[in-house]
Amino acid sequence: MTAVARILEHRALQYRRTFRASLFGSFLSPVMFLAAMGIGLGGYVDTTGNAAFGGLTYLQFLAPGLLAATVMQSAAFESTFPVMGGLHWTRTFHGMYATPMSPLQIALGNLAWIAIRMTMVATVFTFVVVLFGAASSPLVILAIPAAVLTAMAFAAPIAAFAATQRTVNKFNAIFRFGITPLFILSGTFFPIASLPAAIQPLAWLSPLWHGVSLTRGLALGTIGDAPLLALAHVGVLSVLALGGIWAAARTFEARLVRG
Amino acid sequence: MSDDTAVALDGAGLPLIHARGLTKRFGAFIAVDAVDFDVQKGESFGFLGPNGAGKTTAMRMIGGVSPVSEGTLRVLGLDPATHGPQIRARLGVVPQQDSLDTELTVRENLVIYGRYFGLPRDECKRRADELLEFVQLSERANDQVDPLSGGMKRRLTIARSLINEPDLMLLDEPTTGLDPQARHLLWDRLYRLKQKGTTLVLTTHYMDEAEQLCDRLVVMDKAKIVAEGSPRALIAQHSTKEVTELRFPVGIQETLDGKLDGLAERIEWLPDRVLLYANDGEAVSVAVHERGLRPETTMVRRSTLEDVFLRLTGRTLIE
Ligand SMILES: Nc1ncnc2c1ncn2[C@@H]1O[C@H](COP(=O)(O)OP(=O)(O)O)[C@@H](O)[C@H]1O
Ligand SMILES: [Mg+2]
Repeated sequence: MTAVARILEHRALQYRRTFRASLFGSFLSPVMFLAAMGIGLGGYVDTTGNAAFGGLTYLQFLAPGLLAATVMQSAAFESTFPVMGGLHWTRTFHGMYATPMSPLQIALGNLAWIAIRMTMVATVFTFVVVLFGAASSPLVILAIPAAVLTAMAFAAPIAAFAATQRTVNKFNAIFRFGITPLFILSGTFFPIASLPAAIQPLAWLSPLWHGVSLTRGLALGTIGDAPLLALAHVGVLSVLALGGIWAAARTFEARLVRG
Repeated sequence: MSDDTAVALDGAGLPLIHARGLTKRFGAFIAVDAVDFDVQKGESFGFLGPNGAGKTTAMRMIGGVSPVSEGTLRVLGLDPATHGPQIRARLGVVPQQDSLDTELTVRENLVIYGRYFGLPRDECKRRADELLEFVQLSERANDQVDPLSGGMKRRLTIARSLINEPDLMLLDEPTTGLDPQARHLLWDRLYRLKQKGTTLVLTTHYMDEAEQLCDRLVVMDKAKIVAEGSPRALIAQHSTKEVTELRFPVGIQETLDGKLDGLAERIEWLPDRVLLYANDGEAVSVAVHERGLRPETTMVRRSTLEDVFLRLTGRTLIE
């Protein structure tokens, strides 16, 4: 635990320099998204009286989904380039390994830092959701841990993969063929139910869909309608996060030992 | 600290590093091949060898960051396989490639590094200021790391490696790539550490660095140790006192077959010059001229570790 705390202290010191700009960005992004899409685009969607949203305004539907999708995107970024930096560019992770720190602790500490960063992003985002009046239940506060769990379901496996890479070439593929399609197709912007029935079950394959279902259920207070389904979402995300942590411990060790 | 750690560190007379048959394999490739050496407390010990000899690989095994494939290795009396973190807690490591944090200032780099050794924050700050003084970087304390020159970064890395007051310092090519002035500044700092009784283990492919800093060294080539001793003893054992270097005009060297025979104990033909090994170099150069040979330049110098390496391997250190 103290080993992880030392890495957090280090990462926090690095972060201090960009802290303000970073938090402001985390605030500005949901404000713009929710204003433009929730209110602007939502104005049109709502007047057509689309029953697909089950009596919700488009803003209410969109806001919690966008929370999960946004932390997914940030998590993917935080678990690619900074890992490459620590292992290859500045080699600071090798510097840590020359102290009593073990590769496992180095992997855990850096993932813990990502979790803290994602908690910041999710908290600011949730605050904006509430500010826009898009939350209809006090359970929305639990959308923060749900979003962080979603983030880690991506961050841990991606960090494990990033530690196996020597160059950033494949990172572009992760974003182009993974993160971006999931961002758009996981029930963030429109309900999965409006897709052809035959491909709807594919949603189960998207970790983001599980995250969106959780954050939306919590923000709208409908999570209790299907508690087993909610547990299944938590289960899928937890398996990905824990599996990713296990894999990252192994790939970090392999890379650090190799030099 | 566990019990056997305490015993190991107290063990008087025990070498700080003890290696027997130390071997490292990467798949089928052998990077370090059954080497034996000991390093005593207070000693300054070197691995001299060309690129690819296996120096870094040996240092990383000693540093407890790369598992031993075969053989025995004890560092501070401990087995790196079972006591890696305990060993690393007592080492100061200057890796071949810098691993400074470019997102932090010079001083923050030292303070945060001390934290990894479990030192209280105030103690880290106190030591950081002291060490910056020692490596002559106090004026740059609050600057970013990136704009520092290569020599300054190396000095900062040395300061960082001292933050835990190590029992043993591992320096992997501390001055490679630096200009002569920066190298001398670094040697001066390392020499001071040596004077204070710090045990230094360093690798280099510069024979002058090895001669300046090492009490004792091993010459490494192709994963093996080919000789061991003090710089002076190695030169005495494997070379003559003096060397006469002859450079001939282009095309002439190839026509000299046999014409230098008997002039020296040993003759080495390099692409651009001929080296004649004898204890009286002046006499050799006179004899060359008496044979009617007219080299463009003639230089008599003392034998160096470069000559030892050439003798042992048939190759020069820096290719
Ligand atoms: N992680 C590794 N995997 C495979 N081969 C390696 C690895 N590290 C070093 N080597 C090889 O081992 C040999 C010795 O390398 P190294 O110890 O770096 O030599 P030196 O430091 O003397 O230049 C080289 O041929 C190098 O390519
Ligand atoms: Mg090397």
